[in-house]
Amino acid sequence: MAGVLHQILSGLATGGIYASVALALVMVYRATHLLNFAQCEMATFSTYIALTLIQAGWPYWGAFVATVLVSFGIGVALERLLLRRMEHARSLAAVGVTIGLLLIFNALSGWLFGFTVKQFPSPFESSGGGGAVLGGMISTHELGMTAITLVVVAAVYAFFRHTTLGLAMRAAAANPESSRLVGIRVGWTLALGWGLAASLGAIAGMMVAPEVFLDPNMMSGILLYAFAGALLGGIDNPAGAVVGGFAVGVIENLGGAYLVGTDLKLTLALVIITGVLVLRPAGLFGRAVVARV
Amino acid sequence: MAARTAAVVLGVLVLVAPAFLLSGYNLFQLTMVAAYAVAILGLAIVTGYTGQVSLGHGAFYAIGAYVTAILMTDFALPYWATLPIAGVICAGVGFAIGFPALRLTGPYLALVTFALAVAVPQMLRAKALEAWTGGVQGIVVTAPDAPAGLRLSQDQFLYLFTLAVALLLFGLARNMLRGRMWRAMVAIRDQPLAAEAAGIDVARVKTRAFAVSALFTGVAGSLGALAVQFVAPDSFSAELSIALFVGLVVGGAGSLPGAVIGAAFVQFVPNIAQQVDKSAPGVVYGMLLVAALYFMPAGVAGALRNGLRGPAPRRSAATKSTTKPQGGTIHVE
Repeated sequence: MAGVLHQILSGLATGGIYASVALALVMVYRATHLLNFAQCEMATFSTYIALTLIQAGWPYWGAFVATVLVSFGIGVALERLLLRRMEHARSLAAVGVTIGLLLIFNALSGWLFGFTVKQFPSPFESSGGGGAVLGGMISTHELGMTAITLVVVAAVYAFFRHTTLGLAMRAAAANPESSRLVGIRVGWTLALGWGLAASLGAIAGMMVAPEVFLDPNMMSGILLYAFAGALLGGIDNPAGAVVGGFAVGVIENLGGAYLVGTDLKLTLALVIITGVLVLRPAGLFGRAVVARV
Repeated sequence: MAARTAAVVLGVLVLVAPAFLLSGYNLFQLTMVAAYAVAILGLAIVTGYTGQVSLGHGAFYAIGAYVTAILMTDFALPYWATLPIAGVICAGVGFAIGFPALRLTGPYLALVTFALAVAVPQMLRAKALEAWTGGVQGIVVTAPDAPAGLRLSQDQFLYLFTLAVALLLFGLARNMLRGRMWRAMVAIRDQPLAAEAAGIDVARVKTRAFAVSALFTGVAGSLGALAVQFVAPDSFSAELSIALFVGLVVGGAGSLPGAVIGAAFVQFVPNIAQQVDKSAPGVVYGMLLVAALYFMPAGVAGALRNGLRGPAPRRSAATKSTTKPQGGTIHVE
């Protein structure tokens, strides 16, 4: 029983990472109707920026904030320079551009920072010792990681719910034409969505790096679980994506431990994605899309 | 008509000539170009003509390759008999994977196929299937010898065999893409709502196209396995799927010659780029992909066509067909 509880808790901790990335994916999807296949490679690149700053002598949280801001800038710039011309493109071009970005960021990480696996510090534990709390059920890093994820998700929720800018972004995603008429600068809100998504990804990257170690392909598996989480919760529903992300984390851990073993874990993501598409394409919390002709 | 026959004869001669002019590694590279061309042709059928993006055709290539390897080693089937079986199995997998995604509108196929591309190498490595797949070790495939009576080396025969299968499949695709199926597919790509209103069963056509496309790519995998004479999980990572996708876009998504150009790109460009830097292939792939999408939406094939004929209508067949799509767009709220 303790084993199951341990698996669930550590599933929730990794689920937090999936939830953050899933939230980023949903944000991009709502803003620009794109699946951003480059989300995780961008996050890895951001994590390298953080590591570079820390190695240059910055304090951890200083580097953390700087990385979040730089990532935000990268996200905004990408939307303004590249993706805005793809707004009405066919799906081939839209998917193609994010695949191109995936390749470019992946190669850039390797080229600028090297292919060797690197250690990344955790702010929640002294180096070397993996302190365990709750009777050894969960490490301090996992606990801190989950806390950060929850804080970030709450902040994003508050931003969309209680600020004018958040309202404008929701409006622009729901109905661009009408939003434009009431004076919302739709183009910039889309760019803002990309910026926020990139920041969320960066936080997820910095949180997962101490666990899995940093290398250019650190997050390629995470993308798949995040997509599964986003789809499970509803690809256009931010709250659903968060719940979905946590759920996928737990399913992955329990499934890996008791069902399929570690060497078929990725297949589990494939099964979740296909399962959702067969049983409930709108996800658990999403609305079915109805097109009016 | 005589000029046309002469052109065909000349074309075949040009294609057959390398078997007697090149040898060793160079000939092997051309064999791989032919195999990749079939793989990208498969991808073009679903992505280029139906507009449904697949990021997982490397998985079908892998399944085709493994089916050939397993049938030849465990069941002692002759090499040529494995090709149709590989194709049919891939079509079945394609149908099963494609159906849930393709009955929906949206980018779901890209998502499912991406998951497939990431998951398949892990499945091939899995302990549970090791008895069949050989696990991480993979399977060694014995290359076929030329039939007795033909005085050809193994390399020469492999090239000619791959070429023959490729030509056959390109011919099939060309015929298929001229008829009713092609019109339905392009209609779905360009005007999904109008297509549906015109009585096309959108989900059915899309799923069929995807199954056929998986079949082609599966056969390509078989050809690749015969040429490389070895299959292992690491040869079929998600990068292969992405490489095929990049080849498709750079070559020209909606054209048959584009598939050949894309195949040459996939075979030669990484080798050249690798000599510059370890991360160069990724940068080159990424940059060329983005650049092609922005500046050359019809790929190299499209650019060549425009260069030769001046900016012409996108496809000559479109002007020939009697049911030319009418203008006008449908607005969706």
